[in-house]
Formats: sequence, structure tokens, C-alpha cells
Amino acid sequence: MSLSQDDVKRIARLARIETSDAEAQATQAQLNTIFDLIATMQAVDTRGIEPMAHAQEVTQRLREDAVTETDRRDVFQAIAPAVENGLYLVPKVIE
Amino acid sequence: MNPFDTSLSALAAQLATKQVASRELAQVYLDRIAALNGTINAFITVDPEKTLREAAAADAAIAAGQAGPLTGVPIAHKDIFCTDGWLTTCGSKMLSNFVAPYDAHVIERFKAAGLPSLGKTNMDEFAMGSSNETSFYGAVKNPWDTARVPGGSSGGAAACVAARMAPAATGTDTGGSIRQPAAFTGITGLKPTYGLVSRYGMIAFASSLDQAGPMAPSAEDCALLLNVMTGFDPRDSTSLERDKEDYTRDLDKPLAGLRVGLPREFFAEGLNNEVAAAVEAAVAELKKLGATTVEISLANSKLAIPVYYVLAPAEASSNLSRFDGVRYGHRAPEYADLNDMYAKTRAQGFGAEVKRRILIGTYVLSHGYYDAYYLQAQKIRRLIAHDFAEAFKACDVILGPTAPGTAFRIGEKSDDPVEMYLNDLYTIPANLAGLPGMSLPCGFDGKGLPIGLQLVGDYFSEAKMLNVAHQYQRVTDWHARRPEGLQS
Repeated sequence: MSLSQDDVKRIARLARIETSDAEAQATQAQLNTIFDLIATMQAVDTRGIEPMAHAQEVTQRLREDAVTETDRRDVFQAIAPAVENGLYLVPKVIE
Repeated sequence: MNPFDTSLSALAAQLATKQVASRELAQVYLDRIAALNGTINAFITVDPEKTLREAAAADAAIAAGQAGPLTGVPIAHKDIFCTDGWLTTCGSKMLSNFVAPYDAHVIERFKAAGLPSLGKTNMDEFAMGSSNETSFYGAVKNPWDTARVPGGSSGGAAACVAARMAPAATGTDTGGSIRQPAAFTGITGLKPTYGLVSRYGMIAFASSLDQAGPMAPSAEDCALLLNVMTGFDPRDSTSLERDKEDYTRDLDKPLAGLRVGLPREFFAEGLNNEVAAAVEAAVAELKKLGATTVEISLANSKLAIPVYYVLAPAEASSNLSRFDGVRYGHRAPEYADLNDMYAKTRAQGFGAEVKRRILIGTYVLSHGYYDAYYLQAQKIRRLIAHDFAEAFKACDVILGPTAPGTAFRIGEKSDDPVEMYLNDLYTIPANLAGLPGMSLPCGFDGKGLPIGLQLVGDYFSEAKMLNVAHQYQRVTDWHARRPEGLQS
């Protein structure tokens, strides 16, 4: 398998990372070397093997449906790039 | 006073008996940081005023008879841990303006135990790297040879301990990020069993692999630090509910009857001869202490790197989607619309290695490729964990090299990602299986660079591993050596 420059640009678009043609070209070669390395696992016969997502077989805990957090909006919004009246500001998306 | 050759337990004893105050001790280290950081670049942020305020509080606790085992001993924290009121960058431009509004669990623990923070240590950007060269704040220099890397991603932590700019440091390890830099700088570092230390407030890279641990000159130091760090935390969904352990309890046990497993795959081609010789000499030392050896096989470990470079980037691409320029961190100054703001913010905020890994992760998780990559990698992950389970039927601890070579030159491998990835050949399998692993110094190569030996234990066998390491350190002095001639 080999990624084309268009593939790289498509993946970068999905990942929301602006990428110029020159960057895509440089990245393409490096990604293909990495995917060559990754490809070595394709030959392994894993039929019947259960995928392992985590080291410990733990299940999600449940807790009482009670308020555990205090209101820290002002503290959290003090480090935001743009806020107004307690809201985060982003470019307009709905006309 | 000269605290630089003093163990944490001895420092704590001097503090408890008021031979030295925490404020004095913190000042000694702050002075050394001020003198050496220009050369080593181990710290991203130091704030002497905050440090001394925390030290004064520790002195007050000691005076009030409320001291714990390490109260007043200063410590450096990797800049991956959110620290209330401290700049917390994770080595990235993306978080270069992020002053954390809360403490990570690990930070809370050390604060509660009375250890003043000396500052935040440099690291590979978002912990993605094995050399510390991917940091937005510049490469960290290895104190043993400043033309060489200290390893990564906890390179600042390792370098500051090696140069005695801090008595101890916290690190994190996703694929070897505590152990490989510990090996490259001649210190001891331990990655605990996955789930023992809470990940709350530790900026996420690959959540099923990330684990925090201690870095310090000796195994005894690490045991004391581990006592502080571990414990259940409901805010981390994978934190394990277990009874509190004392990790120092077995340090003095004799090693007679210990079965040491030597994986033949870890002594095969690709291993530097000097590293192999030093590790073999350490095995001989353990035999003198009563250990026996048994050859074992970790046949699937050769697949650990390809498996890791599917799973870790997949988890990273998801975790790092939070950096969008909306709630915190960098936002691009100019953009056309919302999507453009995201894309420009992320293009500007992330460095090359982080972008590469996000792209790999995005691709392997995308429609039509999930089964071939992500699911296949998770299945082989189980095979790797199974190899360890079989091995531990025949041995108590697994021993091998931490890294295939010693510290390499800055710039030597930075243009070839795959070459860089191969550094973590021996450390990644323990992360995939979730097993504890540690690195301890076992000699020097012909260039005078430290060599690290790795121990991998069964789940929750940290006390046993620390016992082995401590007994080895009682009869050797590799861990007590420190670089000479460091100047500002």
C-alpha cells in the first residue's frame, strides 16, 4: 500500500490540519515509510484472537446521580481565546 | 550543604531532624537549576517564588509534627501534568499560553505529601518522541555529553535528575518514555502497572498505554516516590481499586531463588555489543546474589513497534482533537471561517511529529481501514500480552536491555521517523501488555555514556522489581555516578 499526495491531503482535511502541497509531499514519503513498517503485522494470522483494548479487564464504574462539580466557568473561561457573556466565541456558522 | 549525593530517605531524615530546612534545600536546587539550565534546557518553567512558598509550607508542617516520609524534599514535574497556576505546555506551541486551572492527581498527591515543586520539565511535544528533539522549547541536552540527546519523551525529567538539578522527578511512559531516558542518563525510572497511577490531569497521548511513574537516582528513591503516586482515583475511568501498598517493603529481601527470565529476542541482532556486555555483566552480578536464569521467548515482541504505531497514533488522533482553538491554548490569529480556524490553529500549534502521528491515526481509523489496521493491531496486542503470561510461568522477573544503544547525537535520527521509533523496541511490549517495567544503570560504554538495564515484572509486582533493583544497587555503584564538569 502506498499513499498518494491526494490521500495525504484528504487525511489532513479529516484531521483538520491545513497542509500545503509542499508539506503534503514531504509528509507523503515519511508516512509511506511508516506504513511499510506497519504492514509487517498484516501477515500475522489472528483468526480467533480477541482484540485487546486495555491491559486490565475493567468495566466502567457507575456512581450516584448527584452533583459533584462546582461551577468554575469563570476560571475555565479566563484562559479561553475569546469569550463573551459566559459563552465561547467562534466564527459564525449559521446565517 | 551538598545534597547531590544524598538519597531521598537521607534527605527526608535531615529535614525531619531539622538539620536542613526545605527552603534551604529548595534554594540549593534552584541555584543549580539557574546555573545549569542554560546548558541542559531541562526545565520549561521555573518559578522560585512558588517553589519557596511550597517549601516554607513544608517546613511549617515539619515544625508542627505533621511531616510524612518525604515532606520537604523538592521534586520536578514533567510538563505533561496540569499544575494549578503553572504554565503547562506539554512541550507544544499549542499549549504555550496554557496556565492550568487545576492540579493533576499526581500533582495533588505530591502537594499533599509536602514535596515542593522545582518546576516543569521539558519533554517531546505531547510526549511523542524518543529524543526530546520534538519539543517546541528546544532539545534537552544529555548531561553526560551535551552534544547528545537525553532520550525521550521524559528527557527533561531524566536530564535534571542526572545533573542533580532535582533530587527526583515525575515522568510518563507510553512506549518507553520513562525507561529509555532513564537509561540514556544513568538514572533509575519505573513505569508502574497500567492503572496504578491516575491519569487525571495528565495530558493524554494514548490513553490505553499512558502511565506516570517516578524517576530518581536509585530504586529505593523510586519506591518512596511510588508510595506517594499510586492509589485509586475515581476521576480516571481506568484507575484500579486496590489496597494501598508499601513499595519499600521488600527492598531488603535477599535474592536467593529469584528466577530471572532472559528473552532471547532481546539479545538478538540490532543490540549494541557494549550494551549487551553490560547487561550480561549485571546478570552475572544477580547470579552472585543467588538468582538463577532461564531463557524465555517473547516471540511476538518483534511486532510491538508496528502494533504500537497503529494503536498509539489512533488514540492520539482522537485525544488531540480537543485542541481546536476554542476553549484553551493557541488560536490562529487569522481565519476565514470555523473550519479554517480549526485547520490553521492545528497547523500552527502542532509540530511535525505530532502532525504525522495524528495523520497516521486518522487514516487507520478511517472507514474501510479500521479492521485491517486497528483491529489487527489490537489482536496482536493480545498475542504479545499472552507471551508475557507464558513467560511468567517460568520466571519471576524478565531482564534485558532498556534500549538497543546508548545516547545518540542530537540531529542524528531526527530526519528518519522509523529509525527513531526503533529505539523503543524493548520498552513498548510492556506498555502494550500493561506490565510494569523499569530501567536502572548497569554500566558505561567506551564513550562514557550510561547503559540501562530493563526489568519487566508481572502485573502488580513493583515491590519485587524494586527489590531486585535495590539489591543490585547495593553491590554496584553505577546509579551513584553523576556527570562531572557540568558548568553553566
